[in-house]
Amino acid sequence: MYDFTYHRPASLDEAKVLIDENEDAQPLSGGQTLMPVLRARLAMPGALVDLTRIDALRGVNMEGGRIVIGGATTHAEVAQNEQVREHCPALAALAGEIGDPQVRHRGTIGGSVANNDPAACYPSACLALDAEVRTDRRTVPAADFFTAMFETALEPGEIVTAISFAACHDAHYEKFPNPASRFALIAVFAARLGGATRLAVTGGGTGVFRWQEGEQAVDRGEDLAAAPLDEGRFTGDLHASTEYRIHLTRVMAQRALARIG
Amino acid sequence: MGKISLEVNGEDVELDVADNTLLIHALRDHLRLTGAHMGCDTSQCGACTVHIEGQAIKSCAMLAVQAEGRSVTTIEGLADDGEPLHPMQQAFHDNHGLQCGFCTPGMVMIGIDIARRHNVPDAATVRHELEGNLCRCTGYQNIVAAIVEGAAKMEAQP
Ligand SMILES: Cc1cc2nc3c(=O)[nH]c(=O)nc-3n(C[C@H](O)[C@H](O)[C@H](O)COP(=O)(O)OP(=O)(O)OC[C@H]3O[C@@H](n4cnc5c(N)ncnc54)[C@H](O)[C@@H]3O)c2cc1C
Ligand code: FES
Ligand code: FES
Repeated sequence: MYDFTYHRPASLDEAKVLIDENEDAQPLSGGQTLMPVLRARLAMPGALVDLTRIDALRGVNMEGGRIVIGGATTHAEVAQNEQVREHCPALAALAGEIGDPQVRHRGTIGGSVANNDPAACYPSACLALDAEVRTDRRTVPAADFFTAMFETALEPGEIVTAISFAACHDAHYEKFPNPASRFALIAVFAARLGGATRLAVTGGGTGVFRWQEGEQAVDRGEDLAAAPLDEGRFTGDLHASTEYRIHLTRVMAQRALARIG
Repeated sequence: MGKISLEVNGEDVELDVADNTLLIHALRDHLRLTGAHMGCDTSQCGACTVHIEGQAIKSCAMLAVQAEGRSVTTIEGLADDGEPLHPMQQAFHDNHGLQCGFCTPGMVMIGIDIARRHNVPDAATVRHELEGNLCRCTGYQNIVAAIVEGAAKMEAQP
């Protein structure tokens, strides 16, 4: 491994100072994405600032009917959390299906949204459930947060402190996992929020998006199978062709909606 | 960071490691605990699985300094030399749950983690929970049987 320094702040303020002081510092959370990236030298930050022992970034709270999950809360903690299970069972189930048990014990929601892998699970729930991403500087609606694959609205050194979600019982996450990586080959987070249907798609290859033509078709009582779906959102690779991903999107969306009823 | 202190297999240890040392390397090269194996370098195989505070994690995807102040358990910590094996180890022995043995330390450690979370899991649950552990030899059949039996034995223990 190349050389870097490791810092473990006990508070958010301390973390901000460390990031400001070290020009090429990068936050480290679960390391489930970042460690392999560093080992492959795909990124070489000079300093890592470990966020996982900052108490204020951990755990789940209810605020005005919304579920607020601290950025350093692990996937396993979200999956088991009583409040998440009660107020949005689909979100707990999503967290419980990320990767494998070892990944869920370390990986965090903040790391996942900050990374914005085009096949990651959480970003779809964020779009479907009107999430807001809270940072040390501001609050960004999910619709403005995920800007392109592996890109977000985060500025250099900005820290995701929490994500808040609308509570929702009429939701379901249907994932077709890539059999090798467990990431989504295609997955759809479906929800009914305020009487309207939400369909957020991940795994297409270009980044998470809402299938608005599909949502409108469902709300008009039309056949989802015939709803227009922008091919430009999808790419093909050795795991699946573009056509197959488009087909899977329709299937996963229909399955997810069938589960909501 | 220089010196860090942590607990490994029930004993307090001080380690002098560079910030960029992976936990797996600290365990294998500094502490000579060579049970956990480096199988893939891409966080996929689970051969490096150890427990932090009783939870299975991949020690190739964690820095040693991140384990400071934590309790780490490796396969070596399950049973002392000459003492009876841990029920999960014994179940792998009894069910012929290994061939070359490379994946086995990781399989036993995730097996114990599965048992702790599911008490008496069925074979389907075990297969699902083994998502993060690869075996190139056995075809998994006997590994699954071993974890099912090992979990039942752990549950039956006083
Ligand atoms: C085998 C395997 C299978 C996986 N399967 C899935 C899957 O099915 N679905 C899925 O969604 N994901 C999957 N993942 C990814 C996993 O969920 C990661 O945990 C997650 O993407 C990154 O979270 P982390 O806490 O590990 O972040 P890290 O790896 O620590 O960091 C990732 C990036 O985010 C930045 N960062 C971290 N925390 C913050 C923060 N609070 N604020 C700002 N920036 C931050 C880091 O600087 C880095 O650039 C898998 C990973 C592995 C290894
Ligand atoms: S060496 Fe850690 S998962 Fe393969
Ligand atoms: S026994 Fe050889 S890899 Fe599993």
